[in-house]
Amino acid sequence: MEKKENDFEPKIIAFLCNWCTYAGADLAGTSRIQYPANIRIIRMMCSGSLDPTYVIKALLEGADGVLIGGCHPGDCHYLNGNLKARRRVAVMKSVFKNAGLEPERVWLRWISASEGGYFAETVREMVAHIKKLGPNPLKAEWAL
Amino acid sequence: MEKTGSVAVFGAGIGGMQSALDLAEMGYKVYLVDSKPCIGGVMPQLDKTFPTNDCAMCILAPKLVDSGRHPNIEIITGTDIQKLEGTPGNFRILLNKKAGFVDEKKCTGCGDCVESCPVSVKSEHDEGIGARKAIYRRYPQAIPNLFSIDKRGIAPCRDKCPAHVNIQGYTALISIGEYKKAYELIRKYHPLPSVCGRICHHPCEAACNRKEIDEPVAINYLKRFVADYCAKNGLTSGEPVTAVAGNGKKVAVIGAGPAGLTAAKDLAEKGYGVTMFEREARPGGTLFTGIPGYRLDKEVLFKEAGIVLDHPNIEIKYGLNIGRDKTISELKSDGYAAVFIATGATVSRALNIPGIDLQGVLNGIEFLRTVNTGGNTRFDGCVVTVIGGGNVAIDCARAARRLGAAKVNIMCLESRREMPAYAWEIEEAIEEGVEIFNSRGPDAIIGEDGRVKSIKCVKCVSVYNLEGKFKPVFRKEEISNIATDDIIIAIGQTIDPTVLKGLEAINNGAHAIKADTLTLQTGIEWIFAGGDALSGPASAVEAVAAGHAAAESIARFIEGQDLRAGRDWKPEKVLELPDRPVKKEARKKMPALAPGQRVGGFMEFELGYDEETARAEAQRCLNCGVCSECLMCVEKCQREAVNHLMQPVTSEITAGAVVIATGFDKFNPSALDEYGYRKFDNVITSGEFERILSASGPFEGHLKRPSDLREPKKIAWIQCVGSRQARKQGNIYCSSVCCMYSIKEAVIAKEHTPGVDCHIYYMDIRAFGKDFDKYYERARDEYGVKFRRERVSLIDQVPGSDDLVLKYLDANGEVREEIYDLVVLSTGLIASGAGRLFADIAGLNLNRYGFIGADRFFREQTGKEGIYLCGTALAPRDIPETVASASAAAACASAFLREARNTLSVKKEYPPETDISGTEPRVGVFVCHCGINIGAVVDVPAVVAQTRKLPGVVYAEDNLYTCSQDTQEKIKALIKEHKLNRILVASCTPRTHESLFQNTLREAGLNPFLFEFIGIREQCSWVHIKDKKAATEKALELVAMGVARARLLMPFQRTSFPVLKKGLVIGGGISGLAAATSLAGQGFEVFLVEKEKDLGGNLRRAHYTLEGDDVQAMLSAMVARVKSNPAIKVFTDSELKDFSGYVGNYKSVIADRSMNREEIIEHGVIIVATGAREADTQEYLSGKSEKIISQRLLDERLAGGEKFNDVTMIQCVGSREKERPYCSRVCCQEAIKNALRIKTLNPDARVTVFYRDIRTYGFSEEYYQQARAAGVNFIRYDPDQDKPAVALDQEGFPVISYQNILLGRKDRLKTDLLVLSTGMDPQENKHLSSMLKVPLNKEGFFLEAHAKLRPLDFPAEGIYLCGTAHSPKTIAESLTQAAGAAARAVTLLSKDEIQSRGLTVQIKDRICSGCGVCVQACPFDAREIDPETGKARIIEVLCQGCGACATACPNAATQQMGFAKHQVYQMVEELV
Repeated sequence: MEKKENDFEPKIIAFLCNWCTYAGADLAGTSRIQYPANIRIIRMMCSGSLDPTYVIKALLEGADGVLIGGCHPGDCHYLNGNLKARRRVAVMKSVFKNAGLEPERVWLRWISASEGGYFAETVREMVAHIKKLGPNPLKAEWAL
Repeated sequence: MEKTGSVAVFGAGIGGMQSALDLAEMGYKVYLVDSKPCIGGVMPQLDKTFPTNDCAMCILAPKLVDSGRHPNIEIITGTDIQKLEGTPGNFRILLNKKAGFVDEKKCTGCGDCVESCPVSVKSEHDEGIGARKAIYRRYPQAIPNLFSIDKRGIAPCRDKCPAHVNIQGYTALISIGEYKKAYELIRKYHPLPSVCGRICHHPCEAACNRKEIDEPVAINYLKRFVADYCAKNGLTSGEPVTAVAGNGKKVAVIGAGPAGLTAAKDLAEKGYGVTMFEREARPGGTLFTGIPGYRLDKEVLFKEAGIVLDHPNIEIKYGLNIGRDKTISELKSDGYAAVFIATGATVSRALNIPGIDLQGVLNGIEFLRTVNTGGNTRFDGCVVTVIGGGNVAIDCARAARRLGAAKVNIMCLESRREMPAYAWEIEEAIEEGVEIFNSRGPDAIIGEDGRVKSIKCVKCVSVYNLEGKFKPVFRKEEISNIATDDIIIAIGQTIDPTVLKGLEAINNGAHAIKADTLTLQTGIEWIFAGGDALSGPASAVEAVAAGHAAAESIARFIEGQDLRAGRDWKPEKVLELPDRPVKKEARKKMPALAPGQRVGGFMEFELGYDEETARAEAQRCLNCGVCSECLMCVEKCQREAVNHLMQPVTSEITAGAVVIATGFDKFNPSALDEYGYRKFDNVITSGEFERILSASGPFEGHLKRPSDLREPKKIAWIQCVGSRQARKQGNIYCSSVCCMYSIKEAVIAKEHTPGVDCHIYYMDIRAFGKDFDKYYERARDEYGVKFRRERVSLIDQVPGSDDLVLKYLDANGEVREEIYDLVVLSTGLIASGAGRLFADIAGLNLNRYGFIGADRFFREQTGKEGIYLCGTALAPRDIPETVASASAAAACASAFLREARNTLSVKKEYPPETDISGTEPRVGVFVCHCGINIGAVVDVPAVVAQTRKLPGVVYAEDNLYTCSQDTQEKIKALIKEHKLNRILVASCTPRTHESLFQNTLREAGLNPFLFEFIGIREQCSWVHIKDKKAATEKALELVAMGVARARLLMPFQRTSFPVLKKGLVIGGGISGLAAATSLAGQGFEVFLVEKEKDLGGNLRRAHYTLEGDDVQAMLSAMVARVKSNPAIKVFTDSELKDFSGYVGNYKSVIADRSMNREEIIEHGVIIVATGAREADTQEYLSGKSEKIISQRLLDERLAGGEKFNDVTMIQCVGSREKERPYCSRVCCQEAIKNALRIKTLNPDARVTVFYRDIRTYGFSEEYYQQARAAGVNFIRYDPDQDKPAVALDQEGFPVISYQNILLGRKDRLKTDLLVLSTGMDPQENKHLSSMLKVPLNKEGFFLEAHAKLRPLDFPAEGIYLCGTAHSPKTIAESLTQAAGAAARAVTLLSKDEIQSRGLTVQIKDRICSGCGVCVQACPFDAREIDPETGKARIIEVLCQGCGACATACPNAATQQMGFAKHQVYQMVEELV
């Protein structure tokens, strides 16, 4: 069944690092910057502790997108966790592609603690993008 | 006397916070005092930091939070020092805490108040580009997370209003459309707003500060608008008034004019029964009988008076004439406790001239009364002349004009300027065709057949005598005649004397009452009088003021209180024009009928503002007082935390030592006319530009210019604004940071908007710090920032545009122009007012620039024992230098108070933790409304109801404020009652409140890690304000996710490790010596290892500093102190051979080369102070001739007294080149020092310096100026185009060929002696770096943990660095770093044991294959493979808890606590 783009409200799971992006999301809040309510944030200590299986789990369970947020390169609280995340996401995406998953459902962004506006903008952009992509096909396949 | 184990740190910028954190960790109690309402200083305003482009807020926020949470730091904000007494070790410090008008204990930082505040002013945090409210928090992340109100004093409008109506308050409320609130606010002070809005003579407007800019705010029109708006929309009735429980006392008020009505209202509201006696049939007094309808619609008056009279405590008797029908004395016997005479001045003064009895002569007051009460008078076709120059005369004339008079004249004694009538009324009368004959006295009325024919006038020469008394002088011979049919006499009025029948005691005989002007009490104590009855004719608002005064006096009289106490209106401060730029904007015109239409009848001719006009006009208010006291915030705050009556509080603290960290102020470029700052919108300061760039700034990080919010295409920076200027408005010194911050700003601007053209106009680029030069070069070569060595002489605006034209002198000295969209002034740092004040109070010396003068070697010393200094309080400098200096000051205080350490520091005791192993999860959930911050958007009860159904949840409730103290007590009780073993709070954000709740758990005997925080305010209610349904759904899911995680939370066990209270210092140069001395001074044993035979390092061969201080004297004293200190064990000719262990527990092998033996030492910390060395060079024939030497050799020869005739120096030899791409920082100072010394020994010597940029930063700039003045010749060269070349001539003299930039030609210079400034090389550090596992940078200097905020730490805890091992620096800078590194070390050494962060990961040995991937993944070397078991293990003390190992582990043998894989899976499941 074709759903109209507008009716579809994607669900996005975000894994955000405690030190930068989570703080950026916080600042979006304190600054009352409005963004779509499609995102659910899971706070991690570091983007470098993101296990790829979390992303796979989220997509398999039917999340329409996954956002991973870390500190800008050089700003990592744990020296280089964000770089580890970057490598992992790159590998993940290439594996996803081969496995028939849609790599563009997974976004990695560097968002600092002072970039509340950028955080909100990222959510807006991602929701719009995922709306265009349509619902995660895995959701349908698993539905009984 | 024993010393006190506490330190007061003044100034809570980055320096103050660092000092406080260090001292608190060392075991001292710290008072961190700042005059601002929050801590953080200037750093929160910065966008990025150089040279790493780190986000300033990101790196600062953890420090803010640490300072806010540290149990040993007491933050005292909004507070200034008043007095410093006592003795070093026991200072008594008197503090004055300004009133913030918000109860710090009650405020939760929710921000509800801000939304309601109508006053917007320029935000200091946004450097005036953005706005903030009068109730505000400086920036969102501020610590403490509290709001405060900015009150400046009394606005002049309110001061000058006789009734002191809160004008700024209602104007502000109108500006945001809160009309009902505005109306109610006016009515608090004035019972008749609509009336006042029409007829008030508005002294407020005359006082309005806005008149200095354009025109005063149209206050009166605004008042009329809001009153009319409310009347029209049924908003005038507030809450239904119920009778205040009658206190049985009755008061009589005679006259229902403005004074009477005001007094009646006040008294009725106080609970008195008021009876009003009014002789007319309607209320209003003179407002009714005296003011014609074209100025005041009677229905408006009656309606408003009716609101007053509706009060159940007020009764009014119309048509009763006191004095005739009933006397005042009879009122007394009727049981009235007091009487207020407010009858007005209702009797016209008589004019005694011949002809006054002729027909056609009318009494003005009577005439107006007839007209106003509906009587019938017409002047159709007649000429009417009014005698008198006051307002009544004008009213009579204008009324006559409306009653058909063909012509109306006014004649009066006064000249036009002297007329007592209001100027605008005279204007309006003239507009309506009234003719005024000034300076004429009526001599006689000429009649014909008993009727008026004309008036004979004589010239009035003057009206008042020299004392200002009414004493008209006439020139009788100058006669004129005014032909007229009717005459109206309006020359003043008095009280009707019949009122006072039988009360001669209070009648002054001259038709007036005698009464006290303040209390309004007459000679008969129960009789009070006010309004026109007392003062003679005055304005309605003055009558209102009298009504208030009478009511207050009467109440006091009846209650038997002192009538005078505290009655004077004496505002502490009446405000002047606020010091901020204001755009001109004309006052909005009042729409009105044309004069021709007006005279057709008595309808009001002013038509009133419409809503849009009113709001726009209200927005013209400058908010002089900032807070308008409209009290909206009081109403909004559900915690009842706002208290507008709060007073400043004085308190005393006792501190053993003091650290001054008062920072700097920013130079204000307004004084430099040529730059047009404040004159042109697009000339801004660098501070303003930082805010423009900042993602949290006014433009959310979008590069825009202020004038039109357009993206600038071309930006110029002008360097050295307020610095390096010998002029009065500037400072001579260099501000040290401006070159770098400007380069950074240009780079960031380019990153924001890649096409933007960035030009930096400079004298010398002073990129002298670690990695600065590389940053500068990258900006130039990679980013394309253009550096222009040109002097800007003038900035002007391009006519007809907001663009700016820069006039500058080019290299040939010609004046050129270039156009820019935006100009940034790189303003310097100046000595802070707070620092000067402190110095004054503590009796400290200031240097000539106003910075606190300090010891030139040990710069953190103030010269007074127990008082230390750091950061920019002592000189302009950058953040890492400030941080190092802050640690050094902490070291000084710590050494001074050594024996009092740990006497006042807090160690909180908690009950033993409940063992929850083997128990089922019992989750307690607390969902916060946060006032209405969450509750108004998220359906909190629904969230609670749903949460109760979740597995594991045994208790859930909602709270108005979960963070309040009473809720904490409740949570503790509920934990016990329901045996809760996991707690989830859904409220604001863990970043501010997590530790608060974790502390509550600990107090209830739960492990603090059994806590989960869900941010439904920052993530739901605040970001989805308009979509309540989605916000609630999201909150439900997030809480469910949190519960899923909470169910699986397990306690963390922290383990402790003992600390060996000894330190190892590697390097026996000046830094090592100082570090060792500092450690020993703070009470710890030290091992000092030096590779050479003697202590002293490079300085053994140095003689004088730039300032002329004797280096050898200082050094030998230091060496002697170290050698004689029993706590320091010195190893010379030795080196570190082997090293093992971890923080707090190191084992080192020291090999003594000369003795050929090894010693094993154990210690807790290491300080690396291995120094640097003079760089070698082959350039410029170095080493090929004894006529070519280094600066060091020159220094030695000068120290020996040698004189020179001709010396040439070349700077940057081998520095800032490919092989050494950094500035060695000290060479310019060294060259200038030697040049000056040559000149001192031989003033005729020729000294030439070839340089690229002279980098005499900070106060050393002064010596550069001296050298120039002394005739030292500075010749600039450009290394890319025309580096000087050196050859030896036949006699062996060096000859330098160079490009003469000024003359544009090649030149040659023969010299006696060529001196090369060769810079510094790092030591061979590779071996040490790999042994200690600490990093080096590309050039081979040691690399600190963080370039800005951890300059003295290595990433690995327990190892520190200082001195030139870090990067090139001066002696004083090395000494600062050395003491600072010692302080950092003592934060560890002072502890008996260190706690791990908690068991943050767990390893299942059964699954671990010992592959070692985790060892690779750990950035902190906290993982290793146990050689015995072959399994991975954690060095807990090093683990920082990032979880990298758990993620890297290929078979999930490692799990991160709190983020175990199954835990995260369950969280994900709850969300999807």
